[in-house]
Amino acid sequence: MKKRISVLLIMALLTMAALGGCAGGTDGSSGDNSSVESQTGSTDGSSEDNASAASQAESSESSQSQAGSPVYGGSIVVGIQQDVDSLDPHKATAAGTKEILFNIFEGLVKPDENGDLMNALASDYTISEDGLVYTFTLREGVKFHNGNTVTAEDVKYSLDRASGLLDGTPLISSLSVLTSVDILDEKTVQVTVGSANTELIYSFVAAIIPAGSGEEESGTPIGTGPFSFVSYKPQEGVVIAKNADYWQEGLPYLDEVNFKIVNSPDTALLELKGGSIQIYPYLTDSQANELKDSFQILSAPSDVVQALFLNNAVEPLNDVRVRQAICYALDLDMVNEFVAGGGATLVSSAMLPTLQTYYVDLTDTYGSSANIQKAQELMADAGLPDGFDLEITVPSNYEYHMQTAEVVAEQLKAAGINATINPVEWSSWLSDCYTDRNYQSTISGITSDMTPGYLTNRFQTDSKKNFVNFASDVYDEAYQNAAAALDPAEKAEYYKQVQKILCDEAGSAFIQVPPITIAMDPKLAGYKFYPVYVQDMSTVYYTEQ
Amino acid sequence: MKYLGKKIATLIMTLFVVSAAAFIAFQIIPGDVVTSILGTEATPEREAQLREELGLNDPPVVRYFRWAGGVLRGDLGVSYRYAKNMNEMMPVAELIGDKLPITLSLAAISLVLIVVVSIPLGVVWARSKSKVLDAALGVITQASMAIPSFFLGIIVTYLFGMVLKCFVPGGYVSYEKDMGGFLFYLLFPAMAIALPKAAMTARFLRNSMLTEMKSDYVRTARSKGCSERRVMYGHVLRNAMMPVITFWGMILAEIVAGSIVVEQVFSLPGIGRLLISSISTRDLPVVEILILYITFVVIFVYFLVDILYRVVDPRISSR
Amino acid sequence: MKKGSGIKWNKYLVAGLCMTGLVVLLAVLGIFWTPYSTTTMSAGERFAAPSLQHIFGTDNFGRDIFSRVMKGIGTTILISTLVVAISGAAGILIGALTGYFGGIVDEIVMRIIDALNGFPSILLALVVISVMGTGQRNLVISLGIVFMPSFIRIVRSEFIRLRDADYISRARLMGVGRARILFVHILPNIFSTFWVSVMIGFNNAILAESGMSYLGIGVQPPQASLGKMLSDAQGYLTTAPWYALAPGLTIVWIVLGFSLLSEGIQRLSR
Repeated sequence: MKKRISVLLIMALLTMAALGGCAGGTDGSSGDNSSVESQTGSTDGSSEDNASAASQAESSESSQSQAGSPVYGGSIVVGIQQDVDSLDPHKATAAGTKEILFNIFEGLVKPDENGDLMNALASDYTISEDGLVYTFTLREGVKFHNGNTVTAEDVKYSLDRASGLLDGTPLISSLSVLTSVDILDEKTVQVTVGSANTELIYSFVAAIIPAGSGEEESGTPIGTGPFSFVSYKPQEGVVIAKNADYWQEGLPYLDEVNFKIVNSPDTALLELKGGSIQIYPYLTDSQANELKDSFQILSAPSDVVQALFLNNAVEPLNDVRVRQAICYALDLDMVNEFVAGGGATLVSSAMLPTLQTYYVDLTDTYGSSANIQKAQELMADAGLPDGFDLEITVPSNYEYHMQTAEVVAEQLKAAGINATINPVEWSSWLSDCYTDRNYQSTISGITSDMTPGYLTNRFQTDSKKNFVNFASDVYDEAYQNAAAALDPAEKAEYYKQVQKILCDEAGSAFIQVPPITIAMDPKLAGYKFYPVYVQDMSTVYYTEQ
Repeated sequence: MKYLGKKIATLIMTLFVVSAAAFIAFQIIPGDVVTSILGTEATPEREAQLREELGLNDPPVVRYFRWAGGVLRGDLGVSYRYAKNMNEMMPVAELIGDKLPITLSLAAISLVLIVVVSIPLGVVWARSKSKVLDAALGVITQASMAIPSFFLGIIVTYLFGMVLKCFVPGGYVSYEKDMGGFLFYLLFPAMAIALPKAAMTARFLRNSMLTEMKSDYVRTARSKGCSERRVMYGHVLRNAMMPVITFWGMILAEIVAGSIVVEQVFSLPGIGRLLISSISTRDLPVVEILILYITFVVIFVYFLVDILYRVVDPRISSR
Repeated sequence: MKKGSGIKWNKYLVAGLCMTGLVVLLAVLGIFWTPYSTTTMSAGERFAAPSLQHIFGTDNFGRDIFSRVMKGIGTTILISTLVVAISGAAGILIGALTGYFGGIVDEIVMRIIDALNGFPSILLALVVISVMGTGQRNLVISLGIVFMPSFIRIVRSEFIRLRDADYISRARLMGVGRARILFVHILPNIFSTFWVSVMIGFNNAILAESGMSYLGIGVQPPQASLGKMLSDAQGYLTTAPWYALAPGLTIVWIVLGFSLLSEGIQRLSR
């Protein structure tokens, strides 16, 4: 008997130890909130900023709970998915890094939430009529995080470095057309380019950094953004703190933002519920449903075009009829329902619907539901009446693409196409599919910047980024016309042609622009969506309770 | 002394073989670190520049021996992927030094849990004359041993994290910020590691005690009038613990080396997760050192166990 | 150990046989028939809770979890069997040769095995998979390599023990050929030991396979696999806890069944 009791005792002790500690854990997590409330005092934000923040909230699908007036101070934790690939704004390539660095670094111009450019470090700029000379006037008295004022030398150094004029290696490839950067006077910088393209101005979002800081040893990342860099820990995240000298009056609101790397969307959900993160920007549809009562759920289209990319150079996909058959066989509505809960925007070519000037809706070409009969006819025409085998390579770290692949494979089977899924690591995908183009088909996404050219130039026959081996002379010509056009209306017309050719030739089976769905603590407001992939924390604030 | 020399020679040989194997594997794996770093924005100029920066232009053999030479001089190299600041990459030593306390703490807490649970359980079980308790413990320990660690991790997450709300799953706190919170968080992954091992140890201890209880010296001690308590704890348990301690040595090695899955389930930024992500991003310098480290720990712990055995039981060394 | 308590081993054996019998039955049945298709998706039936129609409920694509568990058991058992077959066969061959002949080859093989032993098995499999790519065949090969050392070790030590036995020396003196000694005279005598390690290896293979699939480097969708189902289910723990429980408990059931069975067999032979 004694022994049995002792066992029970031990068990009870262990459980109590665990539960006793539990209460302490909950106390700890609620501590953050009280610290926020204690800083309720100073509310001197300019009313303009509040108004603009409110109008952006309307543009998104948010429930209008963003009413409360802003409070300065406080800190938040934002969940991010990927580790940082570089702390050098010119060398960083991963979207997951750029979204963070957006808060630290700024260029001469920067994007706003409508997809337009606003002046940042430049207070003004002019472009010569032939499109070859850009003249930037620097904004007065902008300071780097180290306290030094931004000078024309800093601008020249940064542009030289990013464009490759400094050492021959362009760090930002779109800037490689720059032929010279000249300091006209201490407030004016003139940039000359080799060939005119009206979309080039978007590349001047490239970060301006202190002259020489790209070569200094143990260089802390120093920019001019609303937040300054505090620390980075691999696998844990990046911490940034308020830049008190920020040139935009009244911004930012928060004292500190901690971008915390969250292992998987599953743990993100648990962390949101447990209060250890306040904003998580990559919710799945089912997670959004689960959180909608306790969190603000905001949603907007992303900047990614997802497609079943088809390698146009391999059998049997080199036959346009086979590619079209695949397009017909897909039931895009069903994909949307399964992976995005109906929240995605269906597309049939490589353009974001948010780039309204250039976008043309082509979803009727193949229809948004499956047309098995048409698909089978086309396959029969192509000499494949019994279907064929199709291997779909998928980067396995992207759960969204993996799930899409599962649905797509099932749909293709209905049309007699025997699809198999081959998941690979991202590194393998980059070298095998993207660089070596050694694959049959792949489900992945191509991201956009704010220019129409970024998504479409990769489908030119000899583009280095043309990993689908799309080859069409008509397309190349239309694209070159679009890129060279200086008249906006003419340019838009050419881009619409470009999209139509890509769609008709079934360059790939385009699927959707997935939504970005974020969960935000109900006490926060002011989150802005951008047409590019960034997390702007400068406008986020705690509301007065 | 000769024994020690032989062991050290084996250790060095093994480390050499393992590191060379990992190096060769990385030459074969599809996916190259340069394309992996530059992603979809790669230009030929950047690729060439980066290849030069990382010293990838030399033949593999040269690179291997340059790396091995560095390690021998105490230079563990620099990560390809993790930045330290804007212009420098993270030294591997610093990177691992930062993650090591997490994995070691996890191992230590797990081991404490194993000891605390398994010894009383094993003793009670061995002394129990109740058929019901015997059968119940038999079933419970068998079942515990059959639960894979990742499923146990999910159960712990669900039970303690979501139903009882004891902790925030994934809400790991850095040990530099809050030591108490850090250790508390580790308690839960440690549970997932400890339960099957504790069950295994309890079974092991029980069997070992039952064998000892039948041996001659116990009968002698009893007949000399030793109290039952003294017989039990002074003789039986002490002797029965020997094989158990060996067993723990192996478990410790296994935990330090194999916390990969549990770190994944609980989002712990430890050695295991670092290894997985470094393999997938082709960060060879980090992978090499981690593999060397894991191999070293395992061999070293086995070696300690072996020594311990020899010290306690001189019969082995005379063999 | 308690000898003579005849009922004792029976219990293990009976329980083990019942549990594994059910599992094997479901797996075999799953080859020919499942209550629902394991791949057909249905938007209307996502996350249905367990009911009479779907006894384990449905998953995020509206697929019947019980049917997928049936297929998953089949996949798991098939892979584990192949793994044990490969590593066991290699273990016998290499273990027999090195154990019987010894010498420099033996020394080299043992050092390699030591090195492999210093590696957690899942890590080794991870590296092999990284080199060869994912897929069921590569999974079998990599786990086969991972499990080889333990078989080699056991077979080797048995051969070392038996090579100096009197009856072997006598056979040698009588001029029996080496191959005959190895495989006719010694091999049958190690089977009782070997059989136990096969059972243990089988269990470890099940755990390793589901662990690898859980990490996403094992069996690939749309093929059903218990480990992959479990990792998919993790995202829906709060909304659909049954999704995780079904494959998780099935793994526990299989492993428990086989370990009881091996315990039973061990006691039987004593």
